[in-house]
Amino acid sequence: MLKILKYSFNDLLRSKWTIIYLAFFLIATQGLLYITGDSDNTVVGLLNVVVILCPLIATIFGTVNFYNSREFTELLLAQPIKRKDIFLGQYFGMTLSLSIGYLLGVLLPFVIHSFTNYVNYELLAILLAVGVFLTFIFSALSFLISLITDDKIKGFGISILAWLLLALVYDGLQLYILSMLGNYPLEKISLVLTFLNPIDLSRILLMLKLDISALLGYTGAVFNKFFGSYLGYILSFVALAVWVVIPLYFINRVSMKKDF
Amino acid sequence: MIQFQDIYKSFGKLDVLTGVTAEVSGGGISAILGPNGSGKTTLIKMLLGMVYPNKGEIIFDGKPIKKEWIYKKDISYLPQIARFPENLTIVDLINLIKDIRGEDSEEERLIELFDLHSHMGKKIKHLSGGTKQKVNITLALMYDNPVIVLDEPSTGLDPIALVRLKNLILEERDKGKNILITTHIMSLVEDLSDEILFLLEGKIHFRGTIPEIKEFTGAINLETAIANLLEHKNAENIKV
Repeated sequence: MLKILKYSFNDLLRSKWTIIYLAFFLIATQGLLYITGDSDNTVVGLLNVVVILCPLIATIFGTVNFYNSREFTELLLAQPIKRKDIFLGQYFGMTLSLSIGYLLGVLLPFVIHSFTNYVNYELLAILLAVGVFLTFIFSALSFLISLITDDKIKGFGISILAWLLLALVYDGLQLYILSMLGNYPLEKISLVLTFLNPIDLSRILLMLKLDISALLGYTGAVFNKFFGSYLGYILSFVALAVWVVIPLYFINRVSMKKDF
Repeated sequence: MIQFQDIYKSFGKLDVLTGVTAEVSGGGISAILGPNGSGKTTLIKMLLGMVYPNKGEIIFDGKPIKKEWIYKKDISYLPQIARFPENLTIVDLINLIKDIRGEDSEEERLIELFDLHSHMGKKIKHLSGGTKQKVNITLALMYDNPVIVLDEPSTGLDPIALVRLKNLILEERDKGKNILITTHIMSLVEDLSDEILFLLEGKIHFRGTIPEIKEFTGAINLETAIANLLEHKNAENIKV
């Protein structure tokens, strides 16, 4: 698997899209740091970019990369290696190159900033971790969708729909459910609903580390109590990890049975 | 060496192979022919474990290939379409295959043969179709394996490269290898193949040498013989 990973990684690291992705985060982070002059505010600004953009780019990249390397995958399938290793290798190669683009793009400006100013490293670490997790999750989802769907356009459409659903529609639905059941105590339900969506979970994780959680009212207090605890923290990251593992399990399963 | 035992395969409602039984062994070049969509590529891909049969079994070197992958180290495979990761160079690709299959390769000979030296450091996306096919052939044939499978090897090649490829294939045959080849270029079949497996409607419709197929159909050249086979596919007088 490591061999395939290495080549997939090298291929994508040299792609101009990875470079553009890196450049975008460099400029956005540097720009925000320059304008706000403050690390916390920059993280807040980046938060909204990260929870929407990381999943979107991972989705697009995952799909395009999968379909583009179809023939190459066929060549690899004819080689004496296990199927599992081919697909997991390609997946990790792609995800790692994206993650590195993201990590460097955000981290470098902060490191430079830290020479002269205070940087809240705990907050930054969560932002970085969340972005990497979202990249892993949405790459896996789009990879799985592409594997199941032979038609390129259809696969691309479904992947984007999945992103749209989790990034935007889910919030609306959650709000709708909560307002429908407004007469009942909803803290538990909304906590569970948040856990089921990696984008929401990432957003809440970061927001609660900031001082703006007071804006969330009583629910916010419940959230704060939960996510503020050590257990809540660990559970959140476990939930994000589960979001990576489940699609990977299915990628493995589907690839073992598929005809190429 | 290779046995296809009563192979069935359908894609959705389309029955591609409906009971193919054949054995290839003892060396020589076997051409798998048949009209478009007759299941040539599917049959080849099954041998390489890329497509799974609905029914039937493939035996390679005495062992069923189901769920196996190590046997593939004995097969050189040239896929039909040459597309590789765009940002890798030819050197990267050769190294990748070497990483997987081991160091004892003889790519230098092929690089020389197909004049690839000046392209070695170029990214795949900057290569022409014919050059990509040469890379494809180099990757496929740089190992000395007892079985060679070539799916449309002549695609995009210029006449010089084609002649060199033919000679290369004949050299390999003379080493006693089993070579399977699919193509639509009849001159290539005439120049190379020791026997023909003609696939039609999911079965092996005819199997024999070129003189035999000509005699069987009463045609003077191979192209007409194949056309005759196709035209009389429903006629009762043709039996395998």
